[in-house]
Amino acid sequence: MQPLLSQACWDTLYMVGWSTLIAVVGGLPLGILLVLTDRGGLLQNAVVNKIIGQIVNIVRSMPFIILMVALIGFTRAIVGTTIGREAAIVPLAIGAIPFFARLVETSVREVDGGLIEAVQSMGGNTWTVVRKVLVPESLPSLISATTTTIVAIIGYSAMAGTVGAGGLGDLAIRYGYQRFETGMMWTIVAILAVVIAIIQFGGDSGARVLHRRAGKGGEPLRFSLFVGRPAVSTAGATTKTR
Amino acid sequence: MITTQGLTKVYRSRGREVTALDGVDLHVREGEVYGVIGQSGAGKSSLIRCVNLLERPTSGTVTVAGQDLTALVGRGSRAGKELREARSRIGMVFQHFNLLSSRTVQDNIELPLEILGKSGNERSRKALELLDLVGLADKAKSYPAQLSGGQKQRVGIARALAGDPKVLLSDEATSALDPETTRSILQLLRDLNQQLGLTVLLITHEMDVVKTVCDSAALMERGRIVESGTVGELLATPGSELAAALFPVSGDASGADRTVIDVTFHGESTTQPVISQLSRTYNIDISILGAAMDTVAGKQVGRMRIELPGRFDENVVPIGFLREQGLQVEIQGHEPVLLKEGVTK
Repeated sequence: MQPLLSQACWDTLYMVGWSTLIAVVGGLPLGILLVLTDRGGLLQNAVVNKIIGQIVNIVRSMPFIILMVALIGFTRAIVGTTIGREAAIVPLAIGAIPFFARLVETSVREVDGGLIEAVQSMGGNTWTVVRKVLVPESLPSLISATTTTIVAIIGYSAMAGTVGAGGLGDLAIRYGYQRFETGMMWTIVAILAVVIAIIQFGGDSGARVLHRRAGKGGEPLRFSLFVGRPAVSTAGATTKTR
Repeated sequence: MITTQGLTKVYRSRGREVTALDGVDLHVREGEVYGVIGQSGAGKSSLIRCVNLLERPTSGTVTVAGQDLTALVGRGSRAGKELREARSRIGMVFQHFNLLSSRTVQDNIELPLEILGKSGNERSRKALELLDLVGLADKAKSYPAQLSGGQKQRVGIARALAGDPKVLLSDEATSALDPETTRSILQLLRDLNQQLGLTVLLITHEMDVVKTVCDSAALMERGRIVESGTVGELLATPGSELAAALFPVSGDASGADRTVIDVTFHGESTTQPVISQLSRTYNIDISILGAAMDTVAGKQVGRMRIELPGRFDENVVPIGFLREQGLQVEIQGHEPVLLKEGVTK
C-alpha cells in the first residue's frame, strides 16, 4: 500500500503542478484580454472578444472525461503519446485554462477604472496599465483564483487514470472501488482532504495578507462550480467569508 | 496655456446622442488658477478630460503649452506615443484620488517616473522631494489605505507633479473632502501655483473653491460656457450669475417707499469709504441689508445691498454719485432679480 500511495501522490502532484503552471500562463493573458477587448475596454474589439468568449465557453462546458478523449489527437501531436502522466497534463491544462481565464476576468474587472484613467493621464500605454495596475491591483483576487484552479485540477486529475496516468484518483477507483479495498479508498480521501486544505490555507493566507495591506475587507464570496471531482475537493473549495 | 476652440463632445449610445460639450472656447492664461464651475451633468468632467484627451472630442481643438494635442490623435482608439508624452507633461488629480492600493505612498509617486523611464535613484529622490513639498515626508512607506482623505489627495497631487508638469488638471479634487481638509488642499494648490508657476485648471461644483483659489472662473451650463473671465471682470459684468453666486446678498426693503440697490466693489473703489461719503454728502440714512465682501486673489472685492429712504425717483442723484465713484450699481425692483436658484450655495 505504501509504495502505491507514494507513487500515486507523486503522480498527482506532477500532473497538477504542471497543468496549473500552464493554466496560469495561458489563462492570465486570456482573462485580461477578455476584459481589455470588452465594450469600453482599452482594446475594445467585439469580434476578438466574442471569439475568445465562445472558445472559453465551449471548453468549459465540456465534461472533462470527454475533453480528454476529444483531445487525444492533439495530445499525441504535443507529447507524442496518449497514455501516461505527460499525456494527462495536456487535457488537464487545456481544460483549466478557460476555467482560470474566467476567474481572472472577474478579478481584473473589479479593478477601479479610475486607476486606469490615472495611469493613462501619466502617459502610460495599455501594456503599462496591465503591468502596473490590472495585475498588481487584482493580485489578492488572482491568488484566490489560482487556489480555486488548483483544487479544480486535482478534481479533474482523478479521471486521468482513464489514460493510464495514475495518481490518487486512479488508485481510489482501481483499488478502493474495483477491488473493494475500502481502507485504501479512505486513506486516499484523507490524503486529498489534507492536501486541499493545505493548498486552500496557503492561498487564503497569501490573498489575505495582500488584501489587508491594500486596506480592503475580505475576499468576495467565490464558489468553485466544478462537476465531477471527489467529494473531498468540494469541501476544500469552501467559500471564503468576508 | 490651455486653449480650447469649438470643443464639442457628443456621446452616442444605442442611437441616442448626448451633447456633453457644445462648442466650448476656454482660455487659461499661464500661471493662473482657473475654475470651471457648474452643476452635475453640465459637462465639466468631459471638458477636463478632453484637455488631456482622455476623452476624445468630437470636434474642436485643444492646445496646451502651444502644442495642439488634438493633432496628435491617431486614427485608432489608442493613444499614440506623442500624445502619451504630451500627457506626461500634464498633471492630473482626481476626486477619488485613484492611488494604487498595492503600492506604498512613495511607489505611487514614483509610478509616473517609471512610465517616463527614470532610474531608481532618480525616482526615489524625486518622490521624497515631492512628499516633503506636500508635507507628507513621514508617510513614504505607508499604504494609501492607512491615510486620511486629505493625505491621499496630497499624495495624488505629489504624484501629479512627479513629471514636472507646467499644467495641473484638477477633477473635483476636493469634492470628496470635508470643508477643513478642502481648505488645506486648496491652500496647497495655491502655494504650488505660486511657488512653481503652475497653471491650474480645476473643475468643481463648489462656489467656495472658486472663491478661495481661483483667479479666473467660468460657469458651465448644458455643455456651454455661459460666463467667463477673471473674478474682477465677472464682478464688473452687470447681471453676472457667477458674481452673484460668489457674492450672494439678500434682504428685502423694509417699507414701500424705499430703494434697494446692490453695489459691487471691485478694483480701486474698494479703498474708498464711499458709503459714509454718500451719507454725509446727501445727508441720508443708509441701512445695509446684506453684504458679501472677500479677498479674492489679494484684492478686496464684493457686493453690498443697501437701502436708501425714498422711492427710486428721489434717489437718482445719490445713485449717480455712487456710479461716479466707479461703483457698479444695480437697482432692485427696477431690474430683474439676478440671483439664480441653484447657483447660489
